[in-house]
Amino acid sequence: MATDIAGFAALADPTRREIFERVAARPSSVGELAAGLPVSRPAVSQHLRVLKDARLVADEAVGTRRVYRADPEGLAMLREYLALFWRRSLDTLASVAEETSHDHPDAT
Amino acid sequence: MTIPTRPDVSVSVDVAAPVEHVFDVFTRQMPTWWDPDHHLLDDVVAMDVELRPGGTVTEVDAAGNRCTIARVIAVDPPARFAFTWDVSPRWEVEPDPARCSEVHVAFTALDDRNTRVVLEHRHLERHGTGWEGMHAAVGGTDGWAVDLRRLAGVAGG
Repeated sequence: MATDIAGFAALADPTRREIFERVAARPSSVGELAAGLPVSRPAVSQHLRVLKDARLVADEAVGTRRVYRADPEGLAMLREYLALFWRRSLDTLASVAEETSHDHPDAT
Repeated sequence: MTIPTRPDVSVSVDVAAPVEHVFDVFTRQMPTWWDPDHHLLDDVVAMDVELRPGGTVTEVDAAGNRCTIARVIAVDPPARFAFTWDVSPRWEVEPDPARCSEVHVAFTALDDRNTRVVLEHRHLERHGTGWEGMHAAVGGTDGWAVDLRRLAGVAGG
């Protein structure tokens, strides 16, 4: 569960979210990301580190460059976390519907 | 993030070159070993180092933009070089000298052809809010360790 929360916390920062969205749209190097953002390369590196710790991005060496891409693993964890509440909502809806129908047997 | 036990970072590397050469490469050929992703500017083509106490270390990019990231504290060739670290935890230039840390580099000849470089990044707590992140960055595997490894490759290669 801690990892799920790390993902949400990582995306709470607007600059970090912007970096994540760019990486998700296209695998990029630190330099490419910094060129399009009002923050320095080391700042981008630090944001990427937080995203990496949260399993939202993964990196790989391509020649002499390090290229970052979205990590489906972390995204899946976030989705599952949200799905938990969605299931609970459906369960609640179902039980409410049953109770309502029990209380008011004539109601359709 | 683990909480640092102390506010200093120490990184060292052994270089297969005489101490005078290593000192020279460190102080006069910074762009050759400074990791490109560690520059505040993009496309840094030069680093101007004024080798005297009170001098500055300035990044210069291809368009001629300049960004001073450090002030020289001490120059004692070929044994010692020290400078302030005028970079904020947001990785921008820190204008307040009270909120800057210090980098002290010692060059020791192991023999005629080998040099040990010990880099200590001190007083990181001075950066204030967010200093732990700075500590993790400069002290981690992507920090000074990368630059010193590159230095060993350039100066000892």
